[in-house]
This record gives sequence, structure tokens and C-alpha cells, in this order.
Amino acid sequence: MGSHGIKDKVAIVGMGCTPFREHWDKGADDLLVDAAQEACRSAGVVQADIDAFWLGTAQTGMSGITLAAPLKLRDRPVTRVENFCASGSEALRQAAYAVASGAYDVAMAIGVEKVKDSGYQGLNAFPIPNDGTQRTLTAAAMFSLVAPAYANKYGVEEDKLKEILARIAWKNHFNGARNPLAQFRRELSLETICKAVPVAGCLGVFDCAGVADGAAAAIVVRAEDANRYTDKPLYIKALSFVAGSGSGLIDPDYDYTTFPEVVACAADAYAQAGISDPRHQIAMAEVHDCFTPTELVLMEDLGFSNRGEAWKDVEAGVFDLHGELPVNPDGGLKSFGHPVGASGLRMHFENWLQLRGEAPEERQIVLDPARPFGLVQNLGGYPGEMVCFVSVLGTEPG
Amino acid sequence: MRGIIGYSGYVPWWRLEREAIGAAHGASAGKGTRAVASYDEDATSMGVEAARLALRPLGEEARDRIERLVFSTTAPAYLDKTNATAIHAALRLDRQASAFDAVGSVRSATGALLDALTIDGRTSLVVSADLRGGLPNSADEQEGGDGAAAFIIGNDELVGSPATRFAGAAAVGATEIGRGVGDNNSPGAAGTGGAFGPVIAEFLGSASTTEEFVDRWRLPGELRSRTWEERFGETRYVPLATEAWKLAIDAASLDPATVSWIAVAGPHGRACRQVAAKLHEWVGGGARSPGVDLNLTVGNTGAAQAGLSLAAVLDEAAPGEVIGLVSVADGADVIFFRATDAIVHWRPYRTVAQQIEAGRAGLPYLKFLAWKGMVTPQHPNRPEPARPSSSAAARNRDWKFGFVGSVDRSSGAVHLPPARVSFQGGAIDEMDPCPMAEVQGTIVTYTVDRLAYSPSPPIVFAVVDFDGGGRLPVELTDVDASEISIGDRVEMTFRRLFTADGIHNYFWKAKPVR
Repeated sequence: MGSHGIKDKVAIVGMGCTPFREHWDKGADDLLVDAAQEACRSAGVVQADIDAFWLGTAQTGMSGITLAAPLKLRDRPVTRVENFCASGSEALRQAAYAVASGAYDVAMAIGVEKVKDSGYQGLNAFPIPNDGTQRTLTAAAMFSLVAPAYANKYGVEEDKLKEILARIAWKNHFNGARNPLAQFRRELSLETICKAVPVAGCLGVFDCAGVADGAAAAIVVRAEDANRYTDKPLYIKALSFVAGSGSGLIDPDYDYTTFPEVVACAADAYAQAGISDPRHQIAMAEVHDCFTPTELVLMEDLGFSNRGEAWKDVEAGVFDLHGELPVNPDGGLKSFGHPVGASGLRMHFENWLQLRGEAPEERQIVLDPARPFGLVQNLGGYPGEMVCFVSVLGTEPG
Repeated sequence: MRGIIGYSGYVPWWRLEREAIGAAHGASAGKGTRAVASYDEDATSMGVEAARLALRPLGEEARDRIERLVFSTTAPAYLDKTNATAIHAALRLDRQASAFDAVGSVRSATGALLDALTIDGRTSLVVSADLRGGLPNSADEQEGGDGAAAFIIGNDELVGSPATRFAGAAAVGATEIGRGVGDNNSPGAAGTGGAFGPVIAEFLGSASTTEEFVDRWRLPGELRSRTWEERFGETRYVPLATEAWKLAIDAASLDPATVSWIAVAGPHGRACRQVAAKLHEWVGGGARSPGVDLNLTVGNTGAAQAGLSLAAVLDEAAPGEVIGLVSVADGADVIFFRATDAIVHWRPYRTVAQQIEAGRAGLPYLKFLAWKGMVTPQHPNRPEPARPSSSAAARNRDWKFGFVGSVDRSSGAVHLPPARVSFQGGAIDEMDPCPMAEVQGTIVTYTVDRLAYSPSPPIVFAVVDFDGGGRLPVELTDVDASEISIGDRVEMTFRRLFTADGIHNYFWKAKPVR
């Protein structure tokens, strides 16, 4: 496969992220202006310095005008991208490639979602005319299929698995409580999580990510220009994307204990970045914890845990804030909620803070030169039919 | 010889205990249960189920032999648009087979059956289905029931013995379908050559009487029927029925004493009981009624009642026995059949009695009222589904209505829904149609969705692997969420998923094999 990546060719030189909230008093336009301004300040540029824009949003607006109008951009290309819940990451991927190609000097990737204006709980996909035979399940129900399959395959008692899943939620709430941008800033006891109202299958309400509005943005330039903007650029080591064929839904060999799209995407990203031992080379990971079983399986699909052993690693605290490999130190989707187009860039924002040592002290991870990489894993869709994005980032070139 | 080539009744799974109606209203509501169509069933979907059961013992090829389809109900899912076309699509009947509705009145069902028996030599599928009810605490609510029946009517073109025909059919079918099937699950085929049959119940003769009077009526769109004083209808119906009986006896050149079975159906319960008593007396007390008490278990299924009664009789009838079917509605229609030797080889996929036995009692009365549209409960706060696209539905007709996937000729991989490119090996446009409606499957994993929109939450959903290949994540129905487990066996059932903008969204669900 001719996937070569753009290792160390592009750097992030500024980022911004709004608080993720039920922003009853802010529209998508406000959130876009806020995130864009913060990213510009961070990079020490003004809007007019940016040559091209990529906007990730699932269904808050269509076309580049969704960004160009609120920012009053003059004669600039803006591309709106959509790739399910990985739309924000996709915007970054496109902006980075544009800069790497030499077509533009400075590009902005920005993601937004105004979810809370729908009047309904949860995320609701825009209906595309169809023959009426599509599934109408919630994402919670689709991901809940993973739990019994995993328990059954690896011989984990159902109650034990419920406890493990609760521990994932507990950890992310613990981290989110230390993040002023997070929507939920309260630690929860394991008991509270386990006893929550059932939503789908064995998943209670605290096994599910929240729903929030938000926006986040990144400014990218060619690596050789990075030091013009900041002393501490964040180099892009890998950008990988896989759009699944949906075969998992119809293939009797698929067993709901893994996401093959993630496995393939991670393999490509690791090859681009030159990572051979993710468990021991990665300093931290922001992963798509839309539901607790998702994060569990991701630990194996990303190569952090051996097959069938992620539950043991979770129990041992490997992925805790001060564990061996902190996962979702910002609190994850669990604490932030999931403004679809913004989440991928929010994940990069935490890498931006942590790897550069600028996270608030109470959640700053310990940086170890033996672990030079940060990782973002962002997915959309469902088990069996999924898109996946993985990026690898680092503060040092080479 | 012309007559019945195949048949089945269909009784939905749910039962409402009449005591539950009484308890809710602080009144007496009689004994026994009534059958209740699930929230995702309507007359059309129940008609499909009855027709599938009727066709199944005849094998996959039988559907190609149907030349006309007539559907009767007093509760049509659509007006203006023909309902029989959805049944035609679900059964994958030949494009040149006609499909008509005869809807609105109870009597239309018997009329459709009679027409099929007498009009010409074409092979007909006659389907009746109905949902009966009334205002809360009404007699119609208590005594009504939901159900369906289907009959394949044609000429006996049999060459060879019936035993060979049915046995051969099963073997041919199993080979053609090429999947693992259980003993009770073998789709047969109608056999080779141009012959069809055998007739298992020969049509002997019939007679009708007609009289205009207003005993029971309902304006279009109304939720309930109204009735005149009961005694008036009784004085009209009893003479109409006895007169028709005598005429039919003459038409069939029968000795009344040879009648073995009498099934009387009609919306006027008291008149039907009177008529039945009189006719049993006339034949000398030697005739039997259907062995299952439909009134006590299913209730009066309106346009489907005569068919369901006849199906129950045929389930039990022995060769040579004469069956009198008496329909008492806006006149009277009497039809005589004689069970042929071939009936001993007819193996119903599910008898009426078996379906009654398998029913689930204990449907909460309020849920019943909600399903019948009498009360509107709060649904989860989620957007309601959009209407299905007519053009997309028409394009995907075989999948949506017929549950036909595709199978990759090179790898054998089954694709649900059908695809052009194979997920195994990537062959392009190397697919054959793969009918899956009659294939059973096994639950791989499942979940209960308490948040998603459903006309009757929660949604129970499973990943199903079909025997011989093919997987589909699909909604379950007729199921108690607390009673399912991985490994359970399921079969497909044609349902109405929801209605949006007045368009009924029909598709298939899975239900436990019972």
C-alpha cells in the first residue's frame, strides 16, 4: 500500500478549544469565532494570515460558507468536510495535506457542532431518503452489543465486566473533574455508575458519552516554518484514516469484540510514525470513548493491551491519569460530551497541552523521553460499520 | 377437480385476557382470551404471514403458480392504494399474477373464496385478515380478535400419488434451496412438470342468499362499529342461512347426513350460534365443529373468521369427510368441500391449534389500548422516523418486501441486503438473488434499546446468523426481552415497522421459533 504519511512535514503551531457545554446562549457562529480566535492568538497570527480553511461538521451546516460567513473571510477557500464523528479529525487531515503539498502556507482546521438546538436528547442523524429498511437503533444499543460478546469470548463474568466498564467511566470522570473545559466536572463513584438508569443492553447512562456543543481549531504550517510561530510546535507524525466497508454487519465471521477498521488504521499510523511498540512508546492517548465498551476494545485494537487482556489492564489502572499509559487525560467524550465535528480537534488539543507540558498541573502527565508520542483515535459509525482516524503527534522532529 | 390445494390460518402471538378488560373497567368481560395483532402488525402483514404458512408446504415453486391474489379485510391498511400488492411483493408472486382487494365488509372474504372456487380455472391465492375491536369495554373489544387465513385454490392436475408428490416436493425444495433445514422446516417445491396440486379439499357446491338490512355498520375512518338491537339481526340471519344451506345441499347433491364438519362464521354471534345449532340438528347430530374453540381463544376475527374456522377444520379433517362452511354476514354463503385422500399427506407448517397453544397471554390492557390506537402513551423523546422513499422502496422491492438478499457465485457469501460487490473476494456483479424469508437463523448477540424511537418501546435487537450463510442485525418482535439468549433460534416475519406521512413502512423482523 502506498501510504507514506507526512511525518514531520507539518506542525501544529496554535490551537483553541471552547468549553464544551450545553451552550444555550451561543450558536455555532459564536463557537466558531471563539475557537478560531483562540487558535489565532495561540499561533500569534490574525485571521487574514490564514490561507485556507477546513471545517469539520456532521450536520451543523453545509458548505464552507458555514465558516466563511461568521468569520467574514475574504476570498479564502473553505472546505466543509464530514466523516461521521471523525469530522473534526478529517478537517485536520485535509488541512495538513494541503500545507504539506505546498499549496498553502498556513491552514486552519476547525470543527464545530451545535447539537443542543435539536430539542432531542442524544445525537440524531440527518435523515437521508431511503427504502425504510435501515436500522433505527441508537449508537448506545449498537455499541452495547460489544459487551456480552467480549464477556463471552474472554470468559469475563458479566458482573465483572460491568465493573470494568464502570472503572473506565470512573477514570474519565476523574480526569474531567480536573479540566475546566469539560462539560461534566464531577467525580463519580463506581457504585453510582453501576446503578445508573439503563439505556441499552447492559449500558447505563454513565456508560455513555454526554452531549454538548463546542468547537475547536488548529493552525498548521510546514514544519520548517513552525518556529516562526512558536517555540514548541507539535509535529504531525502520522495521519491515518479508514472508512469501513460495512462488512462487519453482514459477515458471520465478525464477533463484535474488535473494530477491524481501528486495527487497520492504527497499523498504518504506526508505520507512518515508526512506532513498533505502542504500549511503551506512547506517552498518552486520546481515544473515542463514546461508550465504555468502546474504550475497552480500543485498548486492544490500538495495541496497548494484548487481546482479551484490556479488562485486566483497566482494572490495574494502566490507563489512569498517572498510570503507565494515560488514556483520555482530559476526561474524554465521557466528560466533554460529543459535539461531533469538534471532538477530534478537542482530542488533539489535549495532546497540544500535555505533550508541550502546558496542561493544568492537576492533570499534567509525566513526560518521559522514552515515550515521545501522543496519539489521537477518533471513530464514527458502529461496530461492523465504522470510520476510524488515528494520528500520532510529537514535540520533536525525527 | 377444483378445490383447496393449500391453506393456513394465522393467529398472532399476543393474547389479551378478557378478565383484564373486566378488571380495568370494574365489570365482567367474559372468559378466555382474544388474539391481538402486535403493534407492528396490520391486516396486510398478517395476510402475508397466513399466505406464507399456506405456501410453505407446497415449496418454493408454488409461488410461481399463483395467477391471482385476492385480499379481504374490514381494516385495510390503505384506501385508494391496493393492499394486495404488498402481499404480492412479500410473497414474490409472478409479475403477471393479478392482485386485488375485496375490502370493507366481512362478507367480502367469503365472496373472494367463492369467486376463486367458481369463476374459472386459474390458480388463486385467497387471503383474508382482520383486526377487530371497538371502544373500550365494548362487546366488540371483548369478543373480537385479530387473525388471518389463506387458501390456494386451483385445479387438481395431479399425476401420480399424493404421497409421492408431497414427499418429492420436500426433497426437491431442500436441494434447490441448498441450506440446512430441520424436519419441520423443509421448504418443498410443487414438483416437476406443469402439474399442480393435489387438491386436498374438493369444492362440491355452494349457494348464497342476500338481503339488505342494517344490523352492523361503520362509517369509513371510524374506530368502532355500531349495531342494531341484537334480536333483529337474528331474525334476519337464521332464515337466510338455513335457506342458503338447503340450496347448497341441493347444488352439491349431498345427503345432509354425510356432512362431517360444520363451521359457522359471522359477526352476529348470537345468530351464528342459532344457525349452528339448527344445522347440527338437521344433519342428525353427527357433524363436528372445529376442535379448537376460536371464540374462547382467538375471538371473532371478522373477515378472517370463516377462513380461520375452515383452516382449523382442515387441520383435522380425514379423507372423504364433507365440510360445510357457513358465512353469515349481510346474507349467507354456504360452501361444501370434501376432504380428498391427499389431505393425509398435507403437513401444515403450523396448525391453528398449535398457534393458539403458542400464544402469549398477559398483554397489559393499556398496552392493548395503545396498540389499537385508543390511548397515546409517551414515547422516548427522539425524532420520529422519516417516511420511506417510494422510489427507493420500489427499486429495492425484492429486499424490502421479499427479503431477498444476494449470494456471490464465486465465494458463496450471502449479502443482506443484496450487493453488487462481494465482501468476500470482491467479485463484481457476480451475484444471484437469495431468498431468505423462509430461512431460520440463530441469535449471535442481542441488546435492548430503551432510547430509540419505536411505536412500542423498547426495541429488542439481535445479530442473527442465518442457516447456510448470511448475517443481519435485525429487530426482534413477538418477544419477551427477558427470555432471549444467545443461541436462540429465530425465523423471519413480515411487519409494519412504522407509519410516517401516511406511508406504512413494511419490512421484516425476526421472531423466536415457536
